[in-house]
Amino acid sequence: MAQVISDEHESEYQVAPPTGNAAPAPSRALATLSAYGEGEAYVGALDRRSLRKTPGLYIRAWRRFRSNRVAMAALIVLLLIVVFVLSAGLISRYVTGFTPQENHLADKLKPPMTDGYILGSDGNGRDILTRLAYGGRVSIMIAVLSGLATFFIGGAIGLVSGYRGGLTDTLLMRLVDVLLSIPGLPLLILIASLYSPGPVGLAFVLAAVSWPGIARIVRGEVLALRGREYVDAARTLGASGPRIVLRHILPNILPLMIVYISLIIPGLILAETGLSFLGIGVQVPTPSWGNMLGDAQQFFRTNATNVVIPGLMIYLTSLTMYLVGNGLRDALDPKLSE
Amino acid sequence: MTAYIVRRLLQMIPLIFGVTFLTFALINLMPGSPVLRLRDNPKIRPEAALELEKQLGLDKPWPVRYVSWLGDLAHGDLGVSLYNRLPVADRIWAAIPNTLLLAVLALGIALAIAVPLGVYSAVRHGSLFDRSASVGAVAMYAMPDFWLALLLVILFALKFKAWGLPSLPVGGMADARGGGDLLDRIRHLILPVAALAMVQIGSWSAFFRSSMLETLSQEYIRTARGKGLPNRTILYLHAFKNAFLPLITIVGLALPGLLGGALFIETIFAWPGMGRLTYEAVGRRDYTMIMATTLMFSVLTMLSNLVADVLYAVLDPRIRLE
Repeated sequence: MAQVISDEHESEYQVAPPTGNAAPAPSRALATLSAYGEGEAYVGALDRRSLRKTPGLYIRAWRRFRSNRVAMAALIVLLLIVVFVLSAGLISRYVTGFTPQENHLADKLKPPMTDGYILGSDGNGRDILTRLAYGGRVSIMIAVLSGLATFFIGGAIGLVSGYRGGLTDTLLMRLVDVLLSIPGLPLLILIASLYSPGPVGLAFVLAAVSWPGIARIVRGEVLALRGREYVDAARTLGASGPRIVLRHILPNILPLMIVYISLIIPGLILAETGLSFLGIGVQVPTPSWGNMLGDAQQFFRTNATNVVIPGLMIYLTSLTMYLVGNGLRDALDPKLSE
Repeated sequence: MTAYIVRRLLQMIPLIFGVTFLTFALINLMPGSPVLRLRDNPKIRPEAALELEKQLGLDKPWPVRYVSWLGDLAHGDLGVSLYNRLPVADRIWAAIPNTLLLAVLALGIALAIAVPLGVYSAVRHGSLFDRSASVGAVAMYAMPDFWLALLLVILFALKFKAWGLPSLPVGGMADARGGGDLLDRIRHLILPVAALAMVQIGSWSAFFRSSMLETLSQEYIRTARGKGLPNRTILYLHAFKNAFLPLITIVGLALPGLLGGALFIETIFAWPGMGRLTYEAVGRRDYTMIMATTLMFSVLTMLSNLVADVLYAVLDPRIRLE
């Protein structure tokens, strides 16, 4: 799913790379000019002042994001989910009175709102609400961590490949080709099952499978920017390779990378919960929304709510993350920028 | 065109080397082997385990085994399963059509729904229909397909039965007893295909809507309108064909996801396809089977990309494949 998105954006962004520091809006510059009164030798200083007063790309993007009602609503729901999972300890202690691992076999498969099980109990007699909070913590942590790892691994490889060119580029891009020609899910299942990693390891397994997409896009952008005049200028001034890449090229690609990552994070959360659902992601007794759903699957004939609840949390999280990502794209889209 | 296809097929060879080498290394760099587990079994003499290891060729270093695996592959031999010593090729060839059946049907149905939805949304854009279709598209896009499949099962198999409505079967490709005729097979197909298709409909209809909108704002559409052509002709003869082209690329890119994503659906519905085979093989540490399924998945992916590219060129005379 994430693949489709990525390639849509690849073509969308190839034409117009974002411009990092746009010229100040003319109206503001004029306002400052008049504030300074009659023309003196201030012109240069004025320009710099008005430049500083123009809000940066990210501040402008945030303002645009704030006025997007759908994205803001999604962000609020997402934050509520994050607050819910972060307060797992409090919920366990003060609301439900159960720990996530505690099982009462006599009380298994209780329907919601019975005997103190607010959302019911699972097949091992564990409280579902408590596990939902703890499980969400694991699922969201893995999604965010793997998103960050994808960002850094894919970004670094794309930057190096695009800037260095030559043999480095050829080798890295062949590796990308190879990885992109194995469907992601079977590959994930293979690695996750063979190496049975813990939650943090799982995040890196997800990143190991998802970095090629962003690496290819970043490389394409670097190739397009490498020949620009300002890069030549920096090189003429004696800037080193890493400096050119990190200070002059990266800032121009960063918005695109942020959008890409925010749009694949929902895919990552679906991948983790899917693996855990199959029993090869997060291992029981550590709860994750995925393995809770997997556990509930065997009781779906009698206890359908146990299937509905964790799935709903997965869905709500991936949906809000996707809507926030969409909002970010609209806010950071260079073609729409003022 | 033929030259292009031949060259693309030749380009697949190094990729296949890469894929198989990577998979082989991944499998074998992992500590442990299928036989090692037998050594811990007190019922099996250690010498017997060693003997078995030798028989299966697992005593040699893995690069040597990779080369001999490649040699066998060149002869069309995918090896025997470490699990039951039967040739893996038999099971693979039996599983591929089942997976393709699911994926191709889902693709066809998703397109058949997504395209009219997209056209109608574009024509009536801004309307209530368009806005609710957009909301639906986003809602389906973020849907976990394994959860959707379970919900469909609960609703259409369980609840419908409880309510006395005609319900659908949920396991396998046909009823074990008295099943197997066409109607029975179709009934078994409905739920897995629906689960697989529904997730795609959202993103495809949204994509086709924007592609259609973009096409409708082109100069030649205005020209056609200026000529006084009927709306229907403009829509279906001029706009539709052009708007359809980019969708081919998107669908081609989604195919690997459909094939791989069928894995969840196959495990939930006990569908004897490639995904379930992979899942089983991974659980059993059946290395030859894992190699074979990965190879087949990759070849299917590369072929579907090729088909999308060729189809694009066939439908769009402006594109020349070189």
